[in-house]
Amino acid sequence: MTPATTTVPGVMRTSSVAPGTRLDPESQELLQALTGSGRAYDDACARLHELLLRAARFEVTRRARSLKGAEADAIATEAADDALLAVLRRLDDFRGLSKLTTWAYKFALYEAAVKVRRHAWRDRELPVEPDTLASLHGGVPGPEEDVEMRERLGTIAAAIDEVLTPHQRRVLVALAVNGVPIDVLAERLSTTRGALYKTLHDARAKLRVQLEETS
Amino acid sequence: MEDRDNELIGRLLGPAGPEIGCDACFEELDRYVDLEAAGKDADAAVPGLRAHLEGCPACREEHESLLALVREDQGPAS
Ligand SMILES: [Zn+2]
Repeated sequence: MTPATTTVPGVMRTSSVAPGTRLDPESQELLQALTGSGRAYDDACARLHELLLRAARFEVTRRARSLKGAEADAIATEAADDALLAVLRRLDDFRGLSKLTTWAYKFALYEAAVKVRRHAWRDRELPVEPDTLASLHGGVPGPEEDVEMRERLGTIAAAIDEVLTPHQRRVLVALAVNGVPIDVLAERLSTTRGALYKTLHDARAKLRVQLEETS
Repeated sequence: MEDRDNELIGRLLGPAGPEIGCDACFEELDRYVDLEAAGKDADAAVPGLRAHLEGCPACREEHESLLALVREDQGPAS
């Protein structure tokens, strides 16, 4: 009974959009062209690339204002190219739960954001850990009202030493204390954002338990 | 000084509630943002994503950008 214009007639065999899912007309048209062939497919890819480039430029402009025009443009173009490949490779995963443009944008934003973060750190060594962890214990004596806070930080620092594995400690300190972007750390440690965040999450959970037990 | 310390403690201990991971966040981000942009209850639809954004600066930035971009597409609210 659903009118053909609001469902996905021809593409169900090649996409994961559930039968009967209501797609907006723009998404439907683009998805159909992208799962087709020939001239329509080529045109759709060009249109998709334009959308991705817009999103990538949006991200690079927001996050890297200090970048020179040519450099910013090179990063945005590279991000859009990578995102186009990712989108086409993963088109089957699009379930029609958002607009197709929103789904595609996230790939471009992700690629651009990762490149901007890595670019900003390309010539920087990762901070050496012990020096920076020491700042938690005391560092510069603060005014009177900071005493309680200093104590709390000291307790956390002690918990870090007591309950975390060396890897958990290294990841926590880099990300939470030294402000190393997670994608930069992932690149240097040859791992992924997801795996690092899992380590961070486990470390945080251990700290919370330890703090509860010692309070 | 106190604000800075509070932020540091927040980064060290992360969000209190249950949260999803970065991969799940990426998978759900478009649906979450479209719901937000439509004024719907995105947190009910994707539990744990908001908490993840609190704990993960990278995903948080990408969420901010996606929402801003989608809102730009929507044009000025009428
Ligand atoms: Zn994340």
